[in-house]
Amino acid sequence: MAKSIEAKNLNVYYGKFLAVSNVNFTVAPNSVTAFIGPSGCGKSTVLRTINRMHEVIAGATVQGKVLLDGEDIYDDGIDPVAVRRTIGMVFQRPNPFPTMSIYDNVAAGLKLQSGRTRKADLDGVVEKSLRSANLWAEVKDRLSKPGAGLSGGQQQRLCIARAIAVQPDVLLMDEPCSALDPISTMAIEDLIRQLKKDYTIVIVTHNMQQAARISERTAFFNLSATGQPGELVEMGETPKMFTTPTDKRTEDYISGAFG
Amino acid sequence: MTATLTAKPAPASHFAGPSGSRRFKNGLATVLVTAAFLVALIPLVWLLWTVISKGYHVVTSASWWTESQRGKTFESAGGGAWHAIVGTVEQVALCSIISVPIAILVGIYLVEYGRGAFAKVTTFTVDILTGIPSIVAALFIYALFISTFHGARAGWLVSLALVILMIPVIVRTTEEMLKLVPNELREASYALGVPKWKTIVKIVLPTAFTGIVTGVVLGIARVAGETAPLLILVGYSSNTNTDLFSNFQGSLPTLINDQFANLNHATGGTAYHLDANGNRVAGAVVNYAPDRMWGAALTLIAIILLLNVFARFIARFNKIAQ
Repeated sequence: MAKSIEAKNLNVYYGKFLAVSNVNFTVAPNSVTAFIGPSGCGKSTVLRTINRMHEVIAGATVQGKVLLDGEDIYDDGIDPVAVRRTIGMVFQRPNPFPTMSIYDNVAAGLKLQSGRTRKADLDGVVEKSLRSANLWAEVKDRLSKPGAGLSGGQQQRLCIARAIAVQPDVLLMDEPCSALDPISTMAIEDLIRQLKKDYTIVIVTHNMQQAARISERTAFFNLSATGQPGELVEMGETPKMFTTPTDKRTEDYISGAFG
Repeated sequence: MTATLTAKPAPASHFAGPSGSRRFKNGLATVLVTAAFLVALIPLVWLLWTVISKGYHVVTSASWWTESQRGKTFESAGGGAWHAIVGTVEQVALCSIISVPIAILVGIYLVEYGRGAFAKVTTFTVDILTGIPSIVAALFIYALFISTFHGARAGWLVSLALVILMIPVIVRTTEEMLKLVPNELREASYALGVPKWKTIVKIVLPTAFTGIVTGVVLGIARVAGETAPLLILVGYSSNTNTDLFSNFQGSLPTLINDQFANLNHATGGTAYHLDANGNRVAGAVVNYAPDRMWGAALTLIAIILLLNVFARFIARFNKIAQ
């Protein structure tokens, strides 16, 4: 079930380099939150700290807390693998497993997590996930075909189906539409609006119109200069952020004065 | 047709055609590349032609694949390479059983886990192993098992020497193939809550499978023709010896070597040769050694080719299964 996310005094490092400093925010359950900001400001980095994908990179570390419904996912003794089962992720470029069929791609999470799942149960989950990802009608007759044979937009929806098949509480999306054409982007945006019913969604996007269209709250990240750590400048209701932001830098970015 | 085409007035264009010097350079490069390709092809075709034309004769006789050279000399007809095929296949098989798992695991370690000093030392060691001459590997095994532990020469020692030669080949290809697997796939798997080891086993290895199989075949091809370890560690026997762990054992490279020694043998005295039963038959002097030598060479090439086809079949089957 959808859960809330809270970041407290989050400092994110690559080796000794402080990439993002002192980030604090809260995300309500069943909401869509957009992270916007210029390239290199650390929005994707912060997103990856929410499901502990950040530490997959050698030398990458995190200070501070990320609370999922009040529980710190960085507590000692918490298995990052378990965290990632609860908090799913969709990446910038569609990345279906090339050796697997459409069916196996969707079933991959369940099969690889637990090892043994009943075929009948799997069939149900695969169909439900593909329906939720608005892909079922397009692929139901070729489930055994390779996932890599789909179009870019379909692949990305396949990746979303794969992510929701393991029934996470939160779905993180790292620029999920940046490699897609406008029509596929619309399909994904419609999907995000539907998925909000069941998941808490955080999406990184470079497309401010997209942030305005789909998110309830928007967080603006910025960095004062190259080599300086990124920071969370301002976070608020999306309509307010795009009309009357509090911070001058947010206004400049949104009005196109820079970035 | 050509006449009508050239007769047409050239359409007015803002763009000039390629300049004369560029056309010349392009033509020159094309000629050079094609010539280099042909030059590279000549020895290959020549070699295959020589081996096949000189070796097909014995290879196509049934006894070649069923009999040994027991009791045969360069003068006597018949006999086969069975003893050598058994030796080569057994020695290479034992070597592969030991090398393949070790080498693939080392490759996985270096790409997926290796950080810091230990990984660097491992890479460096593999680099050094790659350059070790086969005779040095053979001498090392000799020194260890025969001089130090007073063991006897046997086929399994050859396998051990070949292990030293085979591991670096497979480690290198496995490494290269695993590096080709996009990191995005690993991240996609981690993000589904799949542990690292399972990501490697279920996502990374299947993606790199075809390349790793090719690496294994390359490794086998690399060691199957080695001769120095055979001469030092097992010698040669013209009898069939299926026991890897005792006595001399024939093999294809040493069969070639043995026949080569008899290549220029002249039969003195009365002209005769021996038939399949070892009886003297009066007539022209016949030396069977060259036929057998080329036959053994052809057999060795054929076995490696067969392995290659088999590997491709596996790779293809793997793709279709996906």
